[in-house]
Amino acid sequence: MTLEKLKLSGLAAALAASLFVFASPNYAAGAEDPSIRPFKVEIPQAALDDLRRRINATRWPDKETVADQSQGAQLARLQELVRYWGKGYDWRKLEAKLNALPQFKTTIDGVDIHFIHVRSRHKNALPVIVTHGWPGSVIEQLKIIGPLTDPTAHGGSTEDAFDVVIPSVPGYGFSGKPTGTGWDPDRIAKAWAELMTRLGYTHYVAQGGDWGTPITSAMARQGAPGLVGIHINLPATIPPEVLPALGGAPLPAGISDKEREVIEALRKYNMAGSSAYFTMLTARPQTVGYGATDSPVGLAAWVLVHPGFAQWSYGADAKQSPTKDDVLDNITLYWLTNTATSAGRLYWENGARGSVIAAVPQKTSEIKLPVAITVFPDDVYRAPETWARRAYPNLSYFHEVDKGGHFAAWEQPELFAAELRAAFAPVRPAH
Amino acid sequence: MTTSDAAVAKPRSKQAANKNAVRRFRVKFPDSQLADLRRRVKAMKWPERETVTDASQGVQLATLQKLARYWGTEYDWRKCAARLNALPNFMTEIDGLDIHFIHVRSKHANALPVIVTHGWPGSIIEQLKIVDPLTNPTAHGGSASDAFDVVIPSLPGYGFSGKPTATGWDPIRSARAWLALMKRLGYTQFVAQGGDWGNAVTEQMALLGAPELIGIHTNMPATVPPDIDKAAFAGAPAPSGLSAEENHAYDQLAYFYKHGLGYAIEMANRPQTLYGIGDSPVGMAAWMLDHDARSYALMARVFDGQREGLTRDDVLDNITLYWLTNTTISAARLYWESKLAFFAPKGIPIPTAVSAFPDELYQAPRSWTERAYPKLVHYNKLDKGGHFAAWEQPDLLVAELRAGFKSLRAS
Repeated sequence: MTLEKLKLSGLAAALAASLFVFASPNYAAGAEDPSIRPFKVEIPQAALDDLRRRINATRWPDKETVADQSQGAQLARLQELVRYWGKGYDWRKLEAKLNALPQFKTTIDGVDIHFIHVRSRHKNALPVIVTHGWPGSVIEQLKIIGPLTDPTAHGGSTEDAFDVVIPSVPGYGFSGKPTGTGWDPDRIAKAWAELMTRLGYTHYVAQGGDWGTPITSAMARQGAPGLVGIHINLPATIPPEVLPALGGAPLPAGISDKEREVIEALRKYNMAGSSAYFTMLTARPQTVGYGATDSPVGLAAWVLVHPGFAQWSYGADAKQSPTKDDVLDNITLYWLTNTATSAGRLYWENGARGSVIAAVPQKTSEIKLPVAITVFPDDVYRAPETWARRAYPNLSYFHEVDKGGHFAAWEQPELFAAELRAAFAPVRPAH
Repeated sequence: MTTSDAAVAKPRSKQAANKNAVRRFRVKFPDSQLADLRRRVKAMKWPERETVTDASQGVQLATLQKLARYWGTEYDWRKCAARLNALPNFMTEIDGLDIHFIHVRSKHANALPVIVTHGWPGSIIEQLKIVDPLTNPTAHGGSASDAFDVVIPSLPGYGFSGKPTATGWDPIRSARAWLALMKRLGYTQFVAQGGDWGNAVTEQMALLGAPELIGIHTNMPATVPPDIDKAAFAGAPAPSGLSAEENHAYDQLAYFYKHGLGYAIEMANRPQTLYGIGDSPVGMAAWMLDHDARSYALMARVFDGQREGLTRDDVLDNITLYWLTNTTISAARLYWESKLAFFAPKGIPIPTAVSAFPDELYQAPRSWTERAYPKLVHYNKLDKGGHFAAWEQPDLLVAELRAGFKSLRAS
């Protein structure tokens, strides 16, 4: 190709891109290469050596002045975890685990999207796209792949089978990092719809917690072609009249005991400063990103401050899931992909849209598709069924289970898989 | 005494015999620590650039890279250490904690003693430029009757002061310690000055009712009427009936509450989580630059080639002090400790002088200031200067202190 032609084709590409942006967000327009490329994780040894060197060179602050984690990750516990991270922990094990799964990349709306895609060997498996949140990743979902795709080996029947698609959110993990603004949950939802279309799925469901909830809900609200139902585990049910009470205003009249308990727990959660990280990431993702990008321990502490880890034992309870290795896998993934800053930006993108657990800002009433909810008791809040029914007019399934928290798929994979089987049974195609 | 001794804050047995002893202190860091800092700055692992063209996502990559380049190469902490050591520095134990302070007596008789308190993300570095004009006024356009004796302490957990190992060191406890310090230095009549946390400590000193404290000056006054503060916090439209300058102050406050509180909320709730700014010098620098939009502009502009106000060395002296003393988290903990409202009037019962700088978090209008401080003896609205008045506009602040305290001097 001549220099002139190269310039011309560059111009054409730029023109196409600008038309693409200004015309309509129609990804089937053929403006970009829809190919799906196989992907393998291959981290250079030098990156792992550098991480270890930095971990071992950590400069620690002094100990917190309290005897609990109310000021953040406690020094002694974090030191023990980080000592293991710098010595015994082995990233290559996770890399092998990931590479044993079919992984792909495809470019959607200008950003490379990484995803795991495991088809069930069972016919008529129901395709499901499962979306993680912050400070999570595809690592959270690894334990549900077996139970979902291979149900007969995990206490289920062939009718319970799913084909599973687990993408990395833009800015997270192995997905590309947006270089411009606008990648909010609504835009990610559109990209997910395109992804499922590219995979040839015409009848599928979607699942998510944390940021996965607004993304999954937006897919339903937008009426993604082929989407027949969603399951969410951090629903947006807080009714508008309850919001002031969360900030300390008197309780609204006519609430039940159960609702009062939820309000009081949320008040306590707010008073304990549990959402401070949320405020900071919404306001200044770049500022907090520098330290978390340059300091492995800074990253670890910033991940572990998430209230989803409030009851995590740092590996002291060997039976607890996620294990020490699981959590370090997730943190190391953020480190090696240098995504602490780009991932945090999702909060900034959400910005003024308001609370992710409140019904009105999340426009839950606009969702026409069936919505299934599982409430895990140790999540950020326990959505009462009364609020869930008001928020989601087409609530098809509601179940409060007796164990599990914010990272439900990670913590209780069998239970989580059982919930998806039950929740989605009614929307499976007739055989 | 070396600083590492000071940082550990273990009184030696000889000193334990006299807990009230005031010991000389010199700033000294081993070369290895300075080399380690440079190494870390140069080994910075960077995130990608912000996705916007302004500072709305936080400290911009290009600015921070310029800062890091200068910090890791030309910047010389030794110059700052020499400046500090040219001043009389001391350490004394108060309420179980080592308190570091600079103490310069004026050669003029009847100098008025003043204790000047810094805030976050500041330190005694902020106050260095005002020491000579205050103590030696005749060399700086003033007269002998303008002279001050100057005491500049490092807040607990900040700079060379000890780091509390237990809870309870809120501004009220620091205020008590400051009163003890001034009495220990033999002062029976003195004034106090502060902005940021320095204002909180200074106001609390006034509220403690010590007869020795005869007046205060603040450059971050707490004047906002409760209903107006509530509306600004909620992001409501400005209440009706405000004057033009009240409206302006309201807009400044509402902007700060909406966009500028992230760092404060984080530090107030989970200071320990900020391990990253203890381990990463550039991470720490970013965190400190991002105090509020105007302070950020003030500190960042010099790295982008502008010459107004602070120099690159000014900014990095302060940041390097935090780094070398490993005090970012212990300092941040003050937000966790304090239960005080920043801008609510406290009913200060003693004479108060107020300077309202335009680029402060909000420029306090005279009307609010008169209502907030029943014994207001001085109010001046300045036409330049921001959150770090002593650091950035030392001449203006010195003139304000001279004028503000004039009426309180014994004739």
